[in-house]
Amino acid sequence: MPGSRNAIDVCNAVKRYGSFTALQSITLSIRDNEFFTLLGPSGCGKTTLLRMIAGFEEVTEGEIFLFGDEIENLPPHQRPVNTVFQNYALFPHMTIEQNVMFGLEMRGSSKDAARRKAGEMLELVQLAQFSARKPSQLSGGQQQRVALARALAPEPKVLLLDEPLSALDLKLRQAMRSELKSIQRETGITFTFVTHDQEEALTMSDRIAVMSAGRLQQLGEARDIYERPVNRFVADFIGETNLLDARVEAADASVATCRLANGLTLDCDAIGNARPGADVHLSIRPERMTLAAANGDPWQGTVRENIFVGTDVQTVVQLQGGIELTVRTQNSAAGVATIFDPGTDVAVDVEAGAARMLED
Amino acid sequence: MSARGDVRTYSGFRAMTLVCLVVLYSPLIIVTVYSFNASRSITVWEGLSLQWYADVFWGPESGKFKQAAINSFSIALIAATMSTAIATSAATGIVRGGRFRLRTASLGLISLPLMVPEIVTAVATLIFFNFIGFTRGYLTILVAHIAFCIPFAYLPIQARMQGIEDTFEQAAQDLYATKAQAFRRVLLPMMMPGIIAGFLLAFIVSLDDFIITNFVKGAGVETLPTAIFGSVKQGIKPNIMAISTMLLVVSIAMVTISYVVSKKDSST
Repeated sequence: MPGSRNAIDVCNAVKRYGSFTALQSITLSIRDNEFFTLLGPSGCGKTTLLRMIAGFEEVTEGEIFLFGDEIENLPPHQRPVNTVFQNYALFPHMTIEQNVMFGLEMRGSSKDAARRKAGEMLELVQLAQFSARKPSQLSGGQQQRVALARALAPEPKVLLLDEPLSALDLKLRQAMRSELKSIQRETGITFTFVTHDQEEALTMSDRIAVMSAGRLQQLGEARDIYERPVNRFVADFIGETNLLDARVEAADASVATCRLANGLTLDCDAIGNARPGADVHLSIRPERMTLAAANGDPWQGTVRENIFVGTDVQTVVQLQGGIELTVRTQNSAAGVATIFDPGTDVAVDVEAGAARMLED
Repeated sequence: MSARGDVRTYSGFRAMTLVCLVVLYSPLIIVTVYSFNASRSITVWEGLSLQWYADVFWGPESGKFKQAAINSFSIALIAATMSTAIATSAATGIVRGGRFRLRTASLGLISLPLMVPEIVTAVATLIFFNFIGFTRGYLTILVAHIAFCIPFAYLPIQARMQGIEDTFEQAAQDLYATKAQAFRRVLLPMMMPGIIAGFLLAFIVSLDDFIITNFVKGAGVETLPTAIFGSVKQGIKPNIMAISTMLLVVSIAMVTISYVVSKKDSST
């Protein structure tokens, strides 16, 4: 896409290994200066796509543009993008400073200029005092930050991050999320982040591309993807949800009324091809429903079990017809929310607009 | 610390260990001790003396030993260097070259000489040199040594290289290094402990080779092992023990360096 103002344009990119197709015609654009995440389960092709942008995988078909320049045929060292590797790949025989200087020197900076820039970068990741150490003398979290400094030092047009947080423990991972986000804002460099962790994706990204089985499933802002998943895969993969089978009773341009297998009806936003009589799937997030004492409303059921998960309690309610719903109740100050014991009959109140019709 | 199932609890284990150690090391100890013997006899101890060391350097046979030592060390040095260079390229190709046809065959071809009886290699090499009309002498020894040292140099290098993930080269290329720069600045330094180990092994193997050398050497060109063998044929004198002890020291030094290098590497 010559003349594009996007950081990256991937156009109909296909990756095949022999007869196996790892990526099926991906088209997406990554905007300048955004924190973009490729999210999906392992084997979905997200890392392959990242490696194609970096130049480690050949593109079988299609094009990749970097700020309008076609790059898919350039070797990795001629692409002005840098990568933070999953295992960091810090050079063990070099000091931290030499690691960070490497890219600068290879680009032709003088030793002095490279050393100055490396100092700044180590300052940015708060590791300036470790510059003379070897990578093996640093903790995993510190190595991760060195890898980040090394990749940022040559001021790449796009920074690629391949599951960089997956080797860290939970606390460190959470701290690194906000640090990565603030470094992205500070440097103004476009970040393309690969992860299988939906929470990581939701907390850091400006936009997320959800991938599965070599296909792009949905692309949008975090909130958009969470609130308006387009299909069962996305609804299920991002956060937790209740997936229900339903049939469209009536539909106009904006609202569709759907009937569940047990006869209950529910209104939701109409999407594209929701004709009356069509079988569809509905997604209802557990936190978009509340429980109350049974009051004769047809939306009622019996509590099966309560699962305490710290911040909230997940209550499994069985409706008539055997349909099970998981309802999430915030674990707030005592007495505000009532937790019903298993066996109790309860009314389920579904928030207006909570049900989301899915394309497949 | 002797847990149940520990080998130390097996009956006869200690005795077996002791027998092995005695059989392995007592000849070495005896040779070393008797190299300092004042007597001309190789079995009767007559007191401490360095006379046989002096005899090696300045005695009647010193000229022969000196030339043999120069030949041995120069051949070992050149052969180890050349075979290490070849083995490094081979390891790079075989480990990093992806799946190419005959990959397994290449690997087998490189390691096969380790399993072929040395006498077979010796005879084959001799016939080959005769066939191509290569006059026997220093050069034939050198060429033969380079060839048979390759598998010895290759194995430690390959082992080292297989432990290096290819993300290191990718990281280097990602940071604007060409393939050649990535090899020189990243892969080669990381392989260095394997290369040094391979070099030292090749050096030792070349230094003490007797069978192949004896077949391919020309008249009048001797290496230390063939010179020692020539001397022994005229009766064992204590000066042989002195030379053997010095060779032993060189070998121990090499093994120690190799150990220290690999130790240092795994600790950083």
